This record gives sequence, structure tokens and C-alpha cells, in this order.
Amino acid sequence: MAQVKIRENYHQARWDEPIIYELSTPGERGVLVPLPEQEVKDKAGDVLGKLPENMRRREAPPLPEVSQKHVLAHYLHLSQETLGANLNNDISQGTCTMKYNPRINEALAALIHHIHPSQAEDTMQGLLQIYYEFERFLKEISGMDRFTLQPGGGSHAVYTAASIIRAYHESRGELEQRNEVITTIFSHPCDAATPATAGFKIITLYPNEETGVPDLEALQEAVSERTAAIFITNPEDTGIYNRQIDKFVKTVHDAGGLCFYDQANANGMLGIARAREAGFDMCHFNVHKTFSTPHGCSGPGTGALGVRDHLAQFLPVPTVELADGKYYLDYDRPDTIGKVRGFFGVAPVIVKAYSWIMMLGADGLKEVAEISVLNNNYFQKKVEEIPGVTTWYAKGRRRLEQVRYSWEKLEEETGVGTVDVMCRIGDYGIQHYWTSHHPWVVPEPFTLEPCETFSKADLETYAAVLAKIAEEARQDPELVKTAPHKCASRRRARPEELDDPEKWALTWRAYKRKYKK
Amino acid sequence: MKLGFIVNPIAGMGGKVGLKGTDGTEILQRARELGAEPEAPKKAIKALEILTPLRDKLRIITCPGDMGENEAVAAGFVPTVIGDRKDDTGPEDTEQAARYMLNLGVDLLLFAGGDGTARNIYNAIGAKMPALGIPAGVKIHSAVYANHPRSAGEVALKYLQGELETLREAEVMDIDEEAFRQGQVTAELYGYLQVPYERQLVQSLKAGRTEGEEAALDAVADRIIDEMELDVLYIIGPGTSTRPIMDKLDLPNTLLGVDLIKNRRLVASDVSEQEILRHLDGQQTKIIVTVIGGQGYIFGRGNQQLSAKVIQKVGKKNIRIIATKNKIVSLRGQPLLVDTGDDEVNAEFNDYMRVVTSYNEEMMYKVQGL
Repeated sequence: MAQVKIRENYHQARWDEPIIYELSTPGERGVLVPLPEQEVKDKAGDVLGKLPENMRRREAPPLPEVSQKHVLAHYLHLSQETLGANLNNDISQGTCTMKYNPRINEALAALIHHIHPSQAEDTMQGLLQIYYEFERFLKEISGMDRFTLQPGGGSHAVYTAASIIRAYHESRGELEQRNEVITTIFSHPCDAATPATAGFKIITLYPNEETGVPDLEALQEAVSERTAAIFITNPEDTGIYNRQIDKFVKTVHDAGGLCFYDQANANGMLGIARAREAGFDMCHFNVHKTFSTPHGCSGPGTGALGVRDHLAQFLPVPTVELADGKYYLDYDRPDTIGKVRGFFGVAPVIVKAYSWIMMLGADGLKEVAEISVLNNNYFQKKVEEIPGVTTWYAKGRRRLEQVRYSWEKLEEETGVGTVDVMCRIGDYGIQHYWTSHHPWVVPEPFTLEPCETFSKADLETYAAVLAKIAEEARQDPELVKTAPHKCASRRRARPEELDDPEKWALTWRAYKRKYKK
Repeated sequence: MKLGFIVNPIAGMGGKVGLKGTDGTEILQRARELGAEPEAPKKAIKALEILTPLRDKLRIITCPGDMGENEAVAAGFVPTVIGDRKDDTGPEDTEQAARYMLNLGVDLLLFAGGDGTARNIYNAIGAKMPALGIPAGVKIHSAVYANHPRSAGEVALKYLQGELETLREAEVMDIDEEAFRQGQVTAELYGYLQVPYERQLVQSLKAGRTEGEEAALDAVADRIIDEMELDVLYIIGPGTSTRPIMDKLDLPNTLLGVDLIKNRRLVASDVSEQEILRHLDGQQTKIIVTVIGGQGYIFGRGNQQLSAKVIQKVGKKNIRIIATKNKIVSLRGQPLLVDTGDDEVNAEFNDYMRVVTSYNEEMMYKVQGL
């Protein structure tokens, strides 16, 4: 029987690990690449001759010169300084839907490692079949008519949606007139940023203080002949489901706009509600979240974008089609917005997600949604029992798969706020939690999402750790405010410098220029 | 490091016994008779206690008695006291002390009080040095105050330790308390103090970046200017949010007043209601207005020149509200407020209006007439 266990004796390795370039010794080698045989040279001919002069490297790349043993040690040290996925309790990552990544999915994805996307279609029918069938899964889950699996992440898919909307209105001669996209403040920031990048003006709806979702009247006031689309996340990052979503869609449609459904928060709705029945023209999934493929440090990911028939002509090429028993790549789409990523997307992610869905089946997907919502609501009861925690909006109403809580009361009482608690939680071996997108509408926010992966003991342990930290804040606020104490990383002394590009060094060269004079 | 510390000991006394504010010795006496206890000292102590970690290196310069000395001692500090002790202190004592601290060059002036106190501080120091208010008044319009005493202490602590360097201009407003007591509210914008500003910084990659306040106002100004139409008169309301519009057009700006622009040229500066009305005859016009103060007013506080008559003549659909996203969020769901004194005009403002928050962004926000 699993027990509630607060890991009070947790202590992370602190290697004070150098940057790998600092481990470099001139002349040291990790690998000696064998030179090509003469027969291969003769066959290949003058390979470099085809490269234009300006595209050739003048000097050898300045790679770190480190032995194999030291490379391995370096990355092992770094891994020990990380609270990564599948290591402990990942309830912290609200809106990310962190779930167990089954090992069998990794094994299956390894089977396609030797496929090159340029090889003949005849030689990779298995992979194309997986693509084709995975699209059918998503069509069933969402009700959309076609999907592209090409975008490399969630925001990428949302930007693809914005590009398709632009192409759609342009094809109808209305693009100049329809230059406004509506979104909500608790939708994902990319729901505003990507249409803005695609050339639209953004109108953001603010939530009603009671319900936590925008009033329909606010939307009615916002729509006009200038409306191109609404980009909306539902449930929003508060976990509150907008029960009037079909009326929102109808309102925008009546004004001549399109409706895009950001389904990054889809986990609580699989097999229960579909974008089609709410009337949406488009929706997307974060394949690397909802469908269990590993999600970390921004990749690899796939944002699958689905559309109804009237927008299919604009989809990126190629799409995978089936004819005469053979799968093939179809580039014949005259109105396409073009490619949005090389080849046909991130194949390993598709294989892993395909495997996951095949294991679960339709009943399993629905159970995933039900358990994740049940987990979240049980967990919410536990968290709200902690003195100092409040939940804004929609008093007494249930959330779906996550909740945005607030430490506002704790902060007022003790001076310990959400960033302090976020740092302290690492001292118990738990990855720091997600607060909120900016600006913080909910003060001192934290967003927790206990999806179907987590057991009852996991939920209770996490809540117990939060309660313990809240108690620490009352007894010894300085302990929490100077945390973490048992992690490899330290509290930043001058956090404002994070916002100062003059201080940034994103490459080794930049670091040397700025800090190694 | 040096902290200037001033407490208005009578601030907030009116609230708990039903009076509105404490200006005037007669009202003060009546408040005392009704059992009012000073609120400001207690709140000031609460804020100052947050600075305990700096006790060994922080020099607190304050006023005698209840104007700061007693509170500093109660919070565990040994302050440097300036000026002479006296039994009854008034606004001139606050101004004199603040002026003295300005000359001494304190790093931050922390003061406890209400709108009247903020006005006194502003009169003394203007924008010449950073200041931060500990809220202790009955109903505070000025945006120079922290949300609550503890957060005032927290921000002061971070600022003095150098963890926080950003300053922003925050509104100093005040009302005529005698009129207020008789049911009429007229609040004026007196100026701006430089206030330490704690932005929430990037927490993780996917959060993206929060636009800085100055950059956002810059973008809003670009939007408004790019939208300007030929031969349309633009009434530019007071405030730091509207100032970048004038700056970018290279026109002189009346920070606390109303300016008129046409074809991107200045028509009139610092105009009164009557002057505005004269310019409106037969002229297509738009109003550019921002949120004034910490209460969320767009009309009726600090920009009374934009009267009910002006608004009626211009037409509600020609009003453009500008504010940063952070400003809107700081209202915490409270609607934008309109109080022109004309019930009919106020009643028109009970729905949603667009607020320009960046070059390509607007927010749909609730507006409410009083």
C-alpha cells in the first residue's frame, strides 16, 4: 500500500558542474571517425564542390575536446542536478499535462530510427500507415475532417491555424476588412501572439469576477465585420469549463469569423466532448502532452491541427493519403499555406502517441479523462484545506483537469509568496510548480494538474508537502524565502537581470565575450 | 542606506466611525469623540517590521513622536529624528519633513497615510526621489500606495537591497473632503511620484516575456498616432499613459491637463471644459483617455474637464480608452468607472468597452457608470 511520504531527507547532488566547453583540452579526442574507404571516395566524387563557396566553413567547428569518460560524467552530473520527468511527482506542471511516458512507446519509436524522410514511399509504408491511422484517431476524438501532423509544437500548430485563417479570408477577398482576432486572458498566450504574428489585431476578453469566464455580452460587444476569428482555450488555465462555448462559437460565426479551439487542455475531455459538436472550425492537440509522449525543454513535440472540410484546402503539404492499398505523400493542394516544418513532422512523437492510443482504445481514453478530472477535484479539496490557499472564481463549481490556486492570503500574512513556495518545494524532491502566464491576473498564483497518472497517495503527498511549507512560512518565513537549500540551484540574487538582454549569454561565444574578458 | 519615514498619525481615523476622511480639525475632533483610533501608526509598524533584516545597515530618518519615531522604535529600530516634537502636527509638518529628507538624500521615502498625505509628499519632493506609500487612509485614489502594509514593506526591502530597480510614475490624487462629506466627489490629479515597481519576471520558458510598462505605453502611443484621421480633433486626456502620444508627435504636453490636437498639430494646451466645448462646434472629435489613479476611473477623477457635456457632444463611440495590460490586471476585476455627475451620461457606460493595451492589442473590459 502506497503511503503519503514527505521526503524530508531529500538532498540533490550539487556538482558545481562546469560548462562542457570549460572541460575542453586541446587535442583530446572522444571519437576518432574512420575515414571513408577509397572506393567510397571514388564513387562520391567531389562532394564539397557542389557547395557554394560562401556556404563552406572556413575553419573547423570549435567543438569541446573531451574524452568519452568525461563527456559521460558531465551529463550524468547534470542529470543528477535535474528534477526531470518521471523522476517523482509531476503534479506541479499545470497546463502541461505531465504524465507517465510508457517505456514500450520508446521501444517502438526506436524501430523507425533508420528511416530517412527522403527515401521512397514504397520503403516506409509502415510509418505512413501510422501517420494515416493516427490522423483518423484525432478525427474521431475531435470531430474534425482533416489534420496536419506537421507542426513541431503547440504554439506552432496555433500559428498554423492563424496562417490558415489568413489564407481563408484572403481567398474570400475579406482579409483587409477582417483583421481582428478575439481571445481570452486565460487562454494561452500563443492564442494572442500567433495571430498577432500573422498580422491580426488582438482583442482580449476579461473574465467575469464571479464565473471566471468572459461574459457572452463582452464577446457580442467585441465582434463585428472586422472579426477574423476567435482563438479560445476551453477549459481555460483556471480549469473552468465555459458552458456557453457553443454560443461563443455561434456569435463569432454569425459575424462571419472562424473559430479555433486551443485544446492544449484536452486531457479532461477525451471521449466526452468534441470540438465539432461545439461548432468549431479548427482545433489543435499538444500530442506531446495529452498523448503521453515525453515533454521537456520544449521538445520534441507535435502540435496536431485539425480543420473542417471548408479549410482543408489550406492545410500544409504533404498529407498522407491511402489509395489502392498504398500510402503516399500528397503534395497536390493548390491553396496550401505551404510547409510549416521540414518533411512531414516529428515522426517519433507520432509513433509514441499512436502506440499509447492503441493501448488504451476508446474506452481507455474516456477513462483517462474521467480519472484526471476525478483526481483534480479530489486534489483540489485537499489543497484548499491548507490555510493560506484560495481559489479564485466560480465558488463551489467543479474544475476539470487543473486548478489555478492563489497564495495571496499566505503572502499577506507571512510575506511568503508563490515564488518562495515554488522554490521551497524543490527541497522535498518535487519539481517546482507552474505559476501562471503573465500578467498575473490571479495574485500569487500556482497551477496544478494531477492527471490520470497519479495515485491517491501521490495526490495526498503533494498536498501534504504544500501544507508543510505553508506551516514553515508561518514559523520561519526566512527558511522559505531563502529556499531552495537542498537543490543544485540557488535563488537568483538579481531576478530583474533575467529581463535584461545585455546580461544574456545564449551561446558559449556570447558567454566568453561578456563574462570571460 | 537611508530610509526616510513619515507617518500621518491621523490618517484613516474617519473610516471606522462613519466619517469620510480627516481633513479639518473640527472633523478630527469629532472622530476622536466617536472613539476613532489612529490606523496609520499600526499599519506603518507592520510595514517597517519587514525591514528588520536591514536593521544593522539601515539608517531610518524620521519625524518626532507619532509622525514616525514611535513607530520606528516599536518596529525595533533606532531612528534618526529630525525636527522638534510637537503635540498637534499638520500637513505642513509632513511637507517640511519630506523636503528635509530630500535634501539629506535618502534612498527611499516610505510614508503612511491617505491621499492627502501623498499630496503633501508630492508637494515637497515631486519626482526628485523614490517614494512609496503604506495605505492607511479611508479610501485611497492615489496609485502611489502599495496594496497593503506588508507589501509596502516587501517592496521597500527589495528596493533598498537593490533587488528591485524599476521605478514607475504613479498618480497622486486628492479629493475635497468637505464636498465628499456632503455627497459630492471631485478628485483631482495633482502629479506623479516615482514609485518602486515590482514586475513579475519570467518564470519559465513558455511564459514568454512580459512587456515592460514603458514599452507597452510606447506601443499604445504608436497605435493611437497611426490611427489618427485627417481633420479630426483629438482630445488628449491627462496622465502618463497619454504623454507618450504627445512626445512622439513632438508636441508640448500638459501632464495634468487636457490638450487638443488636430492633423497631428497642437490646437490648444491645458484647456478647460468651456474651451473644449467651443472647439467642438461642427467638429468631428475623438477623446483619448486613460485610467486615472488606483480606483479605475476613466471619467470623473482627475480629468473633470472631460465633463458630461463634452462626452455627450463627442459621443461614446468616439472615446478611446488606453491603459497597459498590467494596469487593467491591477484593478482585479473591478470595472472601469465613470462618474460625470450626470446620471444620464453615466448610465450610458454600463457595458463593455475596448481598452488599447499595446500596438496590436485591445482588451474588452467592463465599464460602469456610478
